[in-house]
Amino acid sequence: MMTLKVNGQDHKIDADPDTPLLYVLREDLKLNAAKFGCGLGQCGACTVIVDGKAVLSCVTPLLLLEGKKVTTLEGLGTVETPAPIQRAFIEEQAAQCGYCIAGMMMRAQALLARNSKPTDAEIRAELQLNLCRCGTHMRILRAVHRASHLMQTADASPAQRSAP
Amino acid sequence: MASPRIIGSVVAIAVIAGAIAAVAIVWRPAIAAIDPPAPQSFDSALVKHGRDLAAIGNCNDCHTVRGAKDFAGGLPVPTPFGTIYSSNITPDAETGIGRWSEAAFRRAMQSGVNRDGQHLYPTFPYDHFTHVSDDDDRALYAYLMTRQPVRAPARANDLAFPFNQRVAVAGWKVLFLRHGTTQPDSTKSAEWNRGAYLVEGLAHCGACHTPRNALGAEKSQASFAGGDVDNWHAYAINNQSSAPVPWDNDALFQYLRQGWHPDHGVARGPMAEVVSNLSEVPESDVRAIATYMAGVFGPPTEERKLRGDEALARASSSQVQPANGGTTTGAQLYVAACAPCHATDRAPPFGGINLALSSALTSPDARNAANIVLSGIRPSAGERSPIMPGFADSMSDGQIAALLDYLRTRFGNQPAWTNTSDIVRDIRRTQTVSLQRDQP
Repeated sequence: MMTLKVNGQDHKIDADPDTPLLYVLREDLKLNAAKFGCGLGQCGACTVIVDGKAVLSCVTPLLLLEGKKVTTLEGLGTVETPAPIQRAFIEEQAAQCGYCIAGMMMRAQALLARNSKPTDAEIRAELQLNLCRCGTHMRILRAVHRASHLMQTADASPAQRSAP
Repeated sequence: MASPRIIGSVVAIAVIAGAIAAVAIVWRPAIAAIDPPAPQSFDSALVKHGRDLAAIGNCNDCHTVRGAKDFAGGLPVPTPFGTIYSSNITPDAETGIGRWSEAAFRRAMQSGVNRDGQHLYPTFPYDHFTHVSDDDDRALYAYLMTRQPVRAPARANDLAFPFNQRVAVAGWKVLFLRHGTTQPDSTKSAEWNRGAYLVEGLAHCGACHTPRNALGAEKSQASFAGGDVDNWHAYAINNQSSAPVPWDNDALFQYLRQGWHPDHGVARGPMAEVVSNLSEVPESDVRAIATYMAGVFGPPTEERKLRGDEALARASSSQVQPANGGTTTGAQLYVAACAPCHATDRAPPFGGINLALSSALTSPDARNAANIVLSGIRPSAGERSPIMPGFADSMSDGQIAALLDYLRTRFGNQPAWTNTSDIVRDIRRTQTVSLQRDQP
């Protein structure tokens, strides 16, 4: 039994220490934003944020998460009050099938947290590890730039977003 | 008893002779600048030949910052004496080699002297390039002089005294630079001789794979016994090789040509650029290199062959579940993070190599394994390439050290590494030049 902190909440988890975080998120905690893509750490669909860093949850066993803070897309915002990164992806319509997008947003979020105004090249290098088969890359790039802009303006505040 | 005057004369003559000798060793004349030759003045077949030779010489690897302009230099090369920045070898008239005549270029290749007459640091491996033929130098010159000129002033080297004195390089050359030491061996095949010419000369394999002495020169009595490059270990590629399965001619060819081999895994770290270049040169040259290097490795002993067969047998029968029940941190990390790719029936390049065949784990040096686990293998833009996620952001140094120690014991079949934690900490701090270069 271990305590796993996800999106600010502690959860008691009864699983083997080598269980991948992704399985616990999806099956035990019913947090389904992180996707199972390849299960091999090669596609990025399962990306979540652990202590500020983008991590592939399918190859991250529970034993690495003792005392750490896990953030999933559900922890960033909701349908009613989307976070800037989510709002930017919606406004740019940066999804086709959308399977990769949760992972894309999480890795972009981690990038923007440490580099609030990344260049095109920096975004490309960062998201190189996340695959999109539909080909929405150009929209994804625009969405990350838009999120960067939103995060630097009052426009992104929750009060603004919930206003009519 | 000699008179003081005679002694004085002898001393004076000795001093003058010494001064003349010193000047002869140190001083090199400038070679007259030329107007940059027009690209169309070079024969296109010669340029194409030069392109192949430049690929065999891996010139772009040191002379290009990844993501920046080809051959414009500026790459920091860490050495035990400080950091040396590669030079701009585009034909830019002011900051490149645009005003170099072919004679000036040939002198740089053969003697490590630039057009102005300054001694070049042997980070530029002219101890190997001195063996390159005049014809090949001509082709390389034609290729480089027809590249896009890039204005990129040289970055100042960061060297401590006395290494920041180029005069010191003249002394180094007296000690270590030997011209014309490679001669054709008529008892060997033409292919072997071609391989010897390339390996000892332009391909400069020993520059990384041969250990160096305190003055940074290759130890000639330890050729190919394993060296250092960019915080990676360049494996021993002679009879001291610690690869689980002995290398042979065909495996070498396949590995050098396509960048991976099912029994040996993928070439990464600084070797990645080498195999990328070798994928585009005439196949016969890669064959020749493999043939010569197979001779350097030598035929495996019976005992070595047996160990190779055992490693192959272990690889084909490996189970995902660790034999020890998986109660240690290392074992649990292996099951969750490594086994999904490395313990499957998917062979390379689509699956990870079974770790019983990993040279990184049988190597006496833990740095390559640490590099790979920390940084993974990033995809190469624009070409097919293996990928592996890095674990620097999800594992602590202690956890990676526990994993490495477990892998070494379980798969390496060798005595445990010592100081694994220190190595992981150092590698995390330095990362690697080749990986940093992938960043824009």
